[in-house]
Amino acid sequence: MEKQKQPLLSIAKREALPWYKNWLIRGGAILLALVFCGIITMLLTGLNPVEVFRTLFYGAFGTNRKIWVTAQNLAILLGISLAVTPAFKMRFWNIGAEGQVLIGSLACAACMITLGDKVPNGLLILISLLASLLAGALWGFLPAFFKAHWETNETLFTLMMNYIAMQLAAYFIIVWEVPKGSGKIGVINQSTNAGWLPVIGGQRYLLTILVIAILTGVMYIYLQYSKHGYEISVVGESHRTASYAGIKVNRVIIRTMVLSGAICGMVGMLLVSATDHTLTTTLVDGRGFTAVMVSWLAKFNPIGMIFTSLLLVVLERGATEISSVFSLNHSFADILTGIILFFIIGSDFFVNYTVHFRKNRKEGK
Amino acid sequence: MFDIVSFIPRAVMQGTPLLFGSTGEILTEKSGNLNLGIPGIMYVGAISGVIGSFFYEQSAAGQPLNGFLAIAIPMVCSLLGSLLMGLIYCFLTVTLRANQNVTGLAMTTFGVGFGNFFGGSLIKLANADVPSVALPATSAFFSKHLPFAANLGWFGKIFLNYGFLAYLAVIIALLASYMLNRTRPGLHLRSVGESPATADAAGINVTAYKYIATCVGSMIAGLGGLYYVMDYACGVWSNNAFGDRGWLAIALVIFTIWRPNVSILASMLFGGLYILYLYIPTGSHMEVKELYKMLPYVITLVVLIIVSLRKKREDQPPASLGLSYFREER
Amino acid sequence: MEPVKNAIRMENITKRFGSVVANNGINLALHEGEILSLLGENGSGKTTLMNMLSGIYYPDEGQIYVHDKPVTIASPKDAFDNGIGMIHQHFKLVDVFTATENIVLGLEEEGRLDLKKAGQKVKEICEKYGFDIQPNQKIYDMSVSQKQTVEIVKVLYRGADILILDEPTAVLTPQETDKLFAIMRNMQRDGKSLIIITHKLHEVLDVSDRVAILRKGEYIGDVATKDANQQSLTDMMVGRSVSLNIDRPLPVNPTPRLVLEHVTAYDELGVKRLDDVSFTANAGEILGIAGVAGSGQKELLESIAGLYPVKEGKILYYDPDVDYAETDESGQPKHQPQSLVGMDPMDIRKAGIAMSFVPEDRLGMGLVGTMGMTGNMMLRSWRKGKGIFVDTKGPEALANRIWKELEVVTPSTKFPVRRMSGGNVQKVLVGREIAQEPAVLMTAYAVRGLDINTSYTIYNLLTEQKMKGRAVVYVGEDLDVLLELCDRIVVLCGGQVSGVVDGRAITKEEVGLLMTQHRKEGAE
Repeated sequence: MEKQKQPLLSIAKREALPWYKNWLIRGGAILLALVFCGIITMLLTGLNPVEVFRTLFYGAFGTNRKIWVTAQNLAILLGISLAVTPAFKMRFWNIGAEGQVLIGSLACAACMITLGDKVPNGLLILISLLASLLAGALWGFLPAFFKAHWETNETLFTLMMNYIAMQLAAYFIIVWEVPKGSGKIGVINQSTNAGWLPVIGGQRYLLTILVIAILTGVMYIYLQYSKHGYEISVVGESHRTASYAGIKVNRVIIRTMVLSGAICGMVGMLLVSATDHTLTTTLVDGRGFTAVMVSWLAKFNPIGMIFTSLLLVVLERGATEISSVFSLNHSFADILTGIILFFIIGSDFFVNYTVHFRKNRKEGK
Repeated sequence: MFDIVSFIPRAVMQGTPLLFGSTGEILTEKSGNLNLGIPGIMYVGAISGVIGSFFYEQSAAGQPLNGFLAIAIPMVCSLLGSLLMGLIYCFLTVTLRANQNVTGLAMTTFGVGFGNFFGGSLIKLANADVPSVALPATSAFFSKHLPFAANLGWFGKIFLNYGFLAYLAVIIALLASYMLNRTRPGLHLRSVGESPATADAAGINVTAYKYIATCVGSMIAGLGGLYYVMDYACGVWSNNAFGDRGWLAIALVIFTIWRPNVSILASMLFGGLYILYLYIPTGSHMEVKELYKMLPYVITLVVLIIVSLRKKREDQPPASLGLSYFREER
Repeated sequence: MEPVKNAIRMENITKRFGSVVANNGINLALHEGEILSLLGENGSGKTTLMNMLSGIYYPDEGQIYVHDKPVTIASPKDAFDNGIGMIHQHFKLVDVFTATENIVLGLEEEGRLDLKKAGQKVKEICEKYGFDIQPNQKIYDMSVSQKQTVEIVKVLYRGADILILDEPTAVLTPQETDKLFAIMRNMQRDGKSLIIITHKLHEVLDVSDRVAILRKGEYIGDVATKDANQQSLTDMMVGRSVSLNIDRPLPVNPTPRLVLEHVTAYDELGVKRLDDVSFTANAGEILGIAGVAGSGQKELLESIAGLYPVKEGKILYYDPDVDYAETDESGQPKHQPQSLVGMDPMDIRKAGIAMSFVPEDRLGMGLVGTMGMTGNMMLRSWRKGKGIFVDTKGPEALANRIWKELEVVTPSTKFPVRRMSGGNVQKVLVGREIAQEPAVLMTAYAVRGLDINTSYTIYNLLTEQKMKGRAVVYVGEDLDVLLELCDRIVVLCGGQVSGVVDGRAITKEEVGLLMTQHRKEGAE
């Protein structure tokens, strides 16, 4: 007799899961990932995993200063994630946040350097803000314009725009380098502090954190309750449905990307004028890409994004601490982040599908 | 005066990692998988080879290396490393149907981190004064040229002056091109990328094709990383030195409109654009060089726009690019 | 007489999708050398059942026998190996490939890929049956019926002796259908066994030897075609006696509401999709639009709705509240109808024209699949609401009203419409469009995929709208329904109007003829 082969597993789409099961699956995945990371770390460092996690936690929240740095990192990552979210909800795969933030930073730095001693401080900040918003908006506008009119692939377009921004920044860094030949700008307006955002509450990072906190709320309301938010959701679902409902699809695509880009530009300004006070080509440090994952993992919900960005930031900060305490390489953080992301990405499957093992039919007969 | 005889070989050497990367990515994309993890995979391919040869050189302890092993060990390590990355990507996007963009970006984070972490660890192990690992002995085998190439004047310099991996890149690209256009598996692979439901109904194992194309593609791309360290960088690994070449390889895929054979020349063009700034006299204006470095990206953008304006059916990306396939969908 | 041999026997086949049982314990046999009709309403599980023969789905329970040998069909390849070939309703073709490339796709022949040789073989098959396709023609350049031909050649090329055709006539004209049936009988004479899936009764009676009937995933029984008639088949299919008649009251005082004059439109590739189309849609009347699939129906409705660019011609709208007979002092008409050309849907709405449109692609155009009923109600009202915010109260109330009045089956008004059954999706869409109190109501394939009960609900709703003095435009594919529902019928052929006829006076054959008759070589 010929042996009968048959598929071993049957996979089916799930009906909607109750929200707590949904979070249970995701939480379980994160826990599993942490255990896995603990084992990896243990193998590489020979330490007991409890110690490793203690260090990780210490790295993120151990001292007052560490908490502030964590909060600032969280704010910046969250800010960029909020910026890319409207575009993603529209199914516009903008992976150009990196460039949009950087070009905003560049515009801000340009204003600070060229106008630093020419206009009053308040006006300078206003001009810098405008310039950053406009620069980011332009970087968002270009891919959107071509996508809207000719369906040009936005993922690849925005990817290229990242490098154009980076080379522009590299160009101007050399133009403005201080001292000549160093290839660096150094701290901008160190003596005059012109164009620096004010420090409030005695905390350098507080302003950034507040701005992003407000932005989170506004973005939530914008997406959830505004007409624009509704238009974005419909366009994301189907362009044809949107036109059918009288939504001007091209206008929404361009408007939303201009908004995305402008917010990125603003985050870029925060980086230069509130915290770093300098410009480097690696200022954004891959956070434009990480933001894509933050936004997607939170299913484009601004409130959920607080948690996903917190997870990634804590991991990054903690892993940095681990690597310095146990003298490992800093890139250790990226490995841990990667592993955790793989687990969360994979867990989505179990939210959306069910898997059954097929019973052996011969027994049944 | 523009020195074309020295320019072309350098352009080719710059272009070779890109050619590996783009050929790998084209195969992957033809199966409908948009793998944005290629930059990470190229890092992993490079560092795996470095790890392999590092320990081989250590174990040889100063004795001359066996030529076959010196090449085979890094090659096998590199292939295994990138294969593993390809498998992770496939498991997540094909088996678990995860979002391809997000998975790819996570792979790049992971891969670059993986490369730099183990690179950094090796640097520490080697106790070097500089932040890099040097593997000159292994590299010598990888970058060995034909002995008589130097005697053939400009012809030798332009065509014969490369390590074997550069020729391998061209051969792989030609094979990939032939495979895609002239063979049954190629036809099947293209149909999987265009319309997996059709391929499925025709009895083609969509999952297998996606896995194989993506994994083989990853391995090819990984070789690009290996070539970069062993031949181009003369066996010197330093963290982040590979830079953004992985993204440039993805750009090249669009630039060539998904054609590996076009990629052979296009990768050299990109390589040339990448180093053009070294050949253009800029006087004291160093900053202008940074603008020249922008050229490959700008040109890719222009091609991307032109292709979308022309709307020719054959020039469009594979129709199911970026989408997962689930048969029992209804 | 020889004992009957079975080409296929399916035994106790059960297939579930999540909690939905698509097929429940089905026993079905196909005799060698016969044409079997598999009859059932939409959603009765015919296609699912056949997909288990073609390897697309795998049964949860049960056993399949081919030529009385137990087999496992876990993939389409297994199906081919058993000589089973299926022509799917939605063509499984790669658009950018040539006919030949599509035909050899998936074959594991010896030796290298020789497209020339394969093309030769394709040509031979085409010549044998009189098919009209070029081996090197790209699929995206083909008409619907050519694509279907490629599908049939694909199966023949593989030497299948059991053919399954899933609603093959849905896209064909009556004349093309006759030709297909002739080919099917040819194949039968060649010793092949065929299954044809359909829900059109006259086709069952025309072509098959035996009829097997499914209802709601259950096998009801089989009957020899010679012992069956339309009424008996319908009763088996629906499970009780239904009257096939649609109520068609005479229109009351029809006046022009929408006038099209010489409308011509091109698609983005520059192909003419509408060619000099002129007709009038009257208030208080259902105007049917008939034609082979892809004759310009979609473009016509979208042109009127402001979704398709009109190159030449006029679309004029007569407001029901305006008396166009009024004249000013000099005897000129006081009011002019409004021209709709160049307006987009928002402009039309802003001009105060209540135009409703139930598009063919329900979830891709008329509704947002991931949103609930409320979110979908907002598609028509999202602009209302204060300032920058949307109003959710009104849409919520409307959703609740439609939920109740049309008996939509859904757990809540937030439940994504994508997860509802086809009939409920259509109720949501039609309900919303009628709630706009439209002056013009356009529907495209409003009953496609619906069961008979829901179909009748829709017919009644449309007739109700007509009696309220609205202009109803009904694009349909089932000629029997068009002839019973519509007052007048516009027949389209290749983007041209090949005739405007009285729905009460014309026969199906005459309409069928018009569907294939370009005006230029037409009846004049």
